[in-house]
Amino acid sequence: MSGPALELIGARAALGRRTVLDGVVLTVAAGEVVVLAGPNGAGKTSLMRGALGLIPLAGGEARLGGQAVSSLSPGDRARRAAWLPQQRRLAWNMPAVEVAALGAPFLTGSEAVARARRWLERLEAGHLADRGVAEMSGGERARVMLARLLVTEAPLLVLDEPLTDLDPDAQLLVLEVLRERAQAGAAVLASLHDLGLAARAGDRVAVMAKGRMAAVGASMEALRPQVLSEVFELTGAWVETRSGPALSVERAVRA
Amino acid sequence: MSRLELCLMLGAVAALALGVAIGETVFTGRDWAEAFGQPGSAPAEVLWQVRAPRSVCAFLVGAALAVSGAVLQGLLRNPLADPGVLGVSASAALGGALALILGAGAAPGVIELAALAGAGLAGGALVAVAARTRSPETLILFGVALSAFAGALTALVFNLSPSPIAAAEVMNWLMGSVQNRSWIDAAWVAPVVVVVVLLARASAPGLRQLSLGEEAAEMSGLSMRRMRLMAVLAAALAAGAATAVAGVIGFVGLAAPHLVRAAVRGDPGRLLIPSALAGGLMLTLADVLARTMPTDQELKLGVLSALVGAPLFALIAWRAAREWRL
Repeated sequence: MSGPALELIGARAALGRRTVLDGVVLTVAAGEVVVLAGPNGAGKTSLMRGALGLIPLAGGEARLGGQAVSSLSPGDRARRAAWLPQQRRLAWNMPAVEVAALGAPFLTGSEAVARARRWLERLEAGHLADRGVAEMSGGERARVMLARLLVTEAPLLVLDEPLTDLDPDAQLLVLEVLRERAQAGAAVLASLHDLGLAARAGDRVAVMAKGRMAAVGASMEALRPQVLSEVFELTGAWVETRSGPALSVERAVRA
Repeated sequence: MSRLELCLMLGAVAALALGVAIGETVFTGRDWAEAFGQPGSAPAEVLWQVRAPRSVCAFLVGAALAVSGAVLQGLLRNPLADPGVLGVSASAALGGALALILGAGAAPGVIELAALAGAGLAGGALVAVAARTRSPETLILFGVALSAFAGALTALVFNLSPSPIAAAEVMNWLMGSVQNRSWIDAAWVAPVVVVVVLLARASAPGLRQLSLGEEAAEMSGLSMRRMRLMAVLAAALAAGAATAVAGVIGFVGLAAPHLVRAAVRGDPGRLLIPSALAGGLMLTLADVLARTMPTDQELKLGVLSALVGAPLFALIAWRAAREWRL
């Protein structure tokens, strides 16, 4: 594979009549965590779907590992990228370990299950392995779905709001695991709503507004006060704390 | 083979034996001796040319309907999916009824093909709708509409039928029965069921991925388009063949997967074969029950299965309502 793990070049897409991506440019390289931020409806999910070829692009191009995503076979695409959609409704009451093992459909059953157990352990959900997913809380199920994603061991992980439903400790744990994956050479793209966590988790932050890329860069740079007020309608500032810079924001006064 | 499959298989063999042993006429000791000792004698005819093919047909029809139900449930991620509920059986019946009324019944294989075509059209429509909605309720409602529409068209066929005798014949077929089915019927359904099971098993990895939702399955690396096509083909072929040979028999496709689901811990792939065996077992026993009921007119299998199945549907819907809110 040559070229960055994920590349969007002037991507445009529409859902019905509404333009959801309007000339978006973004690159995610191996070894980095890029956080996608933006208000509701800014196009974060559409960007990720477009990049993975799950929705057609009306213009521009999406590439995975240097190849146009539209030209990849389903198997090739899965070898390059794994996807955690926001929709996490599971259909059947299967044991957690078997759900997680679905991340590796090309391994033999026992290998996939062993890998699934390993990742459930890493997410501190080893005790859930044999429990049915319908008998779990939303947060427990979220960990199982994350384990499923990690089981793919794909070179690019794309996650749509991976922290929803998780308690604060689990949120930090997941960000830690994503950081580890990046250090092991994977590229990570995750959308987050919590700007403080976004700033801490990402090597870079990409801020979207109304289908366009409003700012990309190191977290403090991308989430500068001007962007906060223009995109999020927040007034805020960075504060130094013991665990690194933190964002202190409040709702902006609206006209 | 798993222990569950072995148990179900033994159960199926026992049910088939029961289907041969029990019938309207009660055999004496001498009848039994003749049945096994003298081929061509009256008791032997009853046993091997009447009861045996009928029981085998009941088993095959039950197995086909159950696989169809199990595949549809996996494909649509919905425990209430079943060829009857979703209108696949009604569409197959419409196809068969049309062929019968138009007088094509005389040509061999035409009714069967018409039933298969009806089932195939319904299956295609269901998948098209399933691709556009994420809500299981919407799909069930679409199936209900499809079922009602196919039913209305079938009624229209009766309405406009020039011959009341032909209409009565169709009506009789629609009620669902394996009475008077011969080895010829069994001989053409059996290979269809084998093809259905092979197709269903080939689609099993896809059904398993689908439990994660459409998008995650799409990114799994499996060719979901091919998986979906095989699954729909299996479900439609199975429901079409079952309807062609036995008329409309509802709820087996719903009940059989439901009964074995807990034993395979919900896995929609491992569910397929046990469902088939359980469905065959159930319908073979139901047929024994139908023919031994002390009624003047023989109880129709379709009527019996609906009487038992409809309350079960309500029960499963009640329970499933919780799971839908995950």
